[in-house]
Amino acid sequence: MSANSDQVDELIKSEYEHGFVTNIESETLPPGLNEETIRFISAKKNEPEFMLEWRLRAYHHWLSMEEPDWASVEHPPIDYQAISYYSAPKKKGEGPKSLDEVDPELLETYNKLGIPIEEQKALAGIAVDAVFDSVSVATTFRKKLAEAGVIFCSISEALQEYPDLVKQYMGSVVSYKDNYFAALNSAVFSDGTFVYIPKGVRCPMELSTYFRINEAKTGQFERTLIVADAGSYVSYLEGCTAPMRDENQLHAAVVELVAMEDAQIKYSTVQNWYPGDAEGKGGIYNFVTKRGECRGDRSRISWTQVETGSAITWKYPSCILRGKDSVGEFYSVAVTKGKQQADTGTKMIHMGENTRSTIVSKGISAQRGQNAYRGLVRMTPKAENARNHTQCDSLLIGDQCGAHTFPYMEVRNPTAKVEHEATTSKISEDQLFYCRQRGLSEEDAVSMIVNGFCKEVFNELPMEFAVEAQKLLSVTLEGAVG
Amino acid sequence: MSTNQASPMLSIQNLHVSVDGKPIIKGLNLEINAGEVHAIMGPNGAGKSTLANVLAGREGYEVTDGKVLFAGEDIFELEIEERAHRGLFLAMQYPVELPGVNNTNFLRSAVNAIRVARGEPELDAVSFLKLVREKIKVVDMDEKFLKRSVNAGFSGGEKKRNEILQMAMLEPKLAVLDETDSGLDIDALRIVANGVNMLRRPERAMIVVTHYQRLLDYIEPDFVHVLANGRIVRSGDKSLVAELEEKGYGWLEKEVAA
Repeated sequence: MSANSDQVDELIKSEYEHGFVTNIESETLPPGLNEETIRFISAKKNEPEFMLEWRLRAYHHWLSMEEPDWASVEHPPIDYQAISYYSAPKKKGEGPKSLDEVDPELLETYNKLGIPIEEQKALAGIAVDAVFDSVSVATTFRKKLAEAGVIFCSISEALQEYPDLVKQYMGSVVSYKDNYFAALNSAVFSDGTFVYIPKGVRCPMELSTYFRINEAKTGQFERTLIVADAGSYVSYLEGCTAPMRDENQLHAAVVELVAMEDAQIKYSTVQNWYPGDAEGKGGIYNFVTKRGECRGDRSRISWTQVETGSAITWKYPSCILRGKDSVGEFYSVAVTKGKQQADTGTKMIHMGENTRSTIVSKGISAQRGQNAYRGLVRMTPKAENARNHTQCDSLLIGDQCGAHTFPYMEVRNPTAKVEHEATTSKISEDQLFYCRQRGLSEEDAVSMIVNGFCKEVFNELPMEFAVEAQKLLSVTLEGAVG
Repeated sequence: MSTNQASPMLSIQNLHVSVDGKPIIKGLNLEINAGEVHAIMGPNGAGKSTLANVLAGREGYEVTDGKVLFAGEDIFELEIEERAHRGLFLAMQYPVELPGVNNTNFLRSAVNAIRVARGEPELDAVSFLKLVREKIKVVDMDEKFLKRSVNAGFSGGEKKRNEILQMAMLEPKLAVLDETDSGLDIDALRIVANGVNMLRRPERAMIVVTHYQRLLDYIEPDFVHVLANGRIVRSGDKSLVAELEEKGYGWLEKEVAA
């Protein structure tokens, strides 16, 4: 095996495919953050007064907070004054009225990433909102969705066209006081996606947002707000990439989900932000707050995430189970290699009777990657007969990586049941020998073993995403054994 | 005989192997022709499993002298999977579990990896399933095993049957069975042995490594070799098995020491 370690190194170096930069003229705010920055962003978007006030309250609250340091990650201090908080591709004339008028450079960028924005080329059954740096540049299939009563647009547009809906729900799950990065996001968010599924409607297609950071020294602060009204269903996918740059870039998003009575939201992420090079130079800091509230009885929220990118991942997609008999699920695969660090997990807050939650977390560490699962299961006094099952598995590849598990359980109701299972394993020489003796190459063997390890999570992804996730994982781990 | 005129399928010449610097095999010579079944017997620590693993290319075994030709090729120049592509199969003493890896997918990937390496087209899903349903009868296994993860949660007997199923699917030139009888009850032993017998072919050779004679009650070898202290100390036909049964290994070891 030592004979092909050069080959292995080659593969590791070459594998981030999305590292290109799009040459497009941008309107970029100079770095720095103060009240003026926030007023500028709000004015740029012609926002209603309530939004600006909310942003300013968030900003002042943020000033009073300190950056958290409890996560199991290490990074040099972030200079918030060195980041540009707004960057948008320059519009030609009035800006695109339809997809035909979107800048061809942008269309090309998304085509290169395998995200066709032209509807005729799009994957059947998936509508896409494309967010480029700070703004949404295109949203597909809007007419078809409108026929079903589904609202799918950028947050900026939603603020113009459905200000009441935004006002009613934004910040209702993740308050701007929630945490340091949520407060920052609330002050400076530039765009994002808004989804509203009316009562009883099953969204006719998968909805998807594709995030791309392009501009240098720019942070991306977007918000996603998804509201599923009573008895509705929606499946939403999120994908992300960024160019390879030497500096670290900050991505601090907030995602809020609201599921009313009998509604179901399925939220899937394949995160492939630039992870930095083998020495840990560059890469995205992915500090994200994602939370869903099962507000109505019998509602259901599922988070499925495949995290392969970012220099640092710091996120805990969570569920507040307020409605009776509501269900929260979290399925996660997190891969770290090189010098990547991930501190990820979930929170399941059981408030209603008979609420149930399932957590399946699969951490894979290779090379010098560090992977932490951090999860909280809280059974409040009213959570009669609530149940949780947590399964937390770590797979180690090589002997310089690490896996850490931090489960927190707070049970304040005697009828509640909480189960936690955890395993740590290594891809063994025996497994590799076995596969190779049967004729498989070492790379195919690793890919097969890792995919087997992640199977329970991949099973939860929509078909197109599951295939993409499997490929991504194979590429990511190519040559990680040696 | 005609088989002796062609070059042997496997030729082991003056093989020396160390593990952690300690010599285990010390000058082993053996020739095996197509169609032959050779039993390798011997006391614990004689080097039987070392031989099986060295042939398959497992890490941790250092070849210090000698050579092994497989169908005329120097086997130590080949990677583990290249040996498999050329038709070497090792049924393992301790088959490994692969959690989450579907047995059918594993078999199909293995079959197709070998086919592709030989320049043959991959088997499509339908032809593959047809083939596997036919072969699974060899080991009297329920088709539900195909849907399970490779060896995960299998009993000892089920694992060994799965090994023989893999062998049936991969159609090797040379099959090495490493203590396939260990941990099997008499029923499982009979099924496994029966499977092996069904796979005997004029163009296929087998090496059956075992500590006990009982497996050889079911798989009748053409040649029997006794391995002791890293060398073949006696070779004969199947009558040697009965002699060993009667006298144990002690007399041979004493003979060698003398």
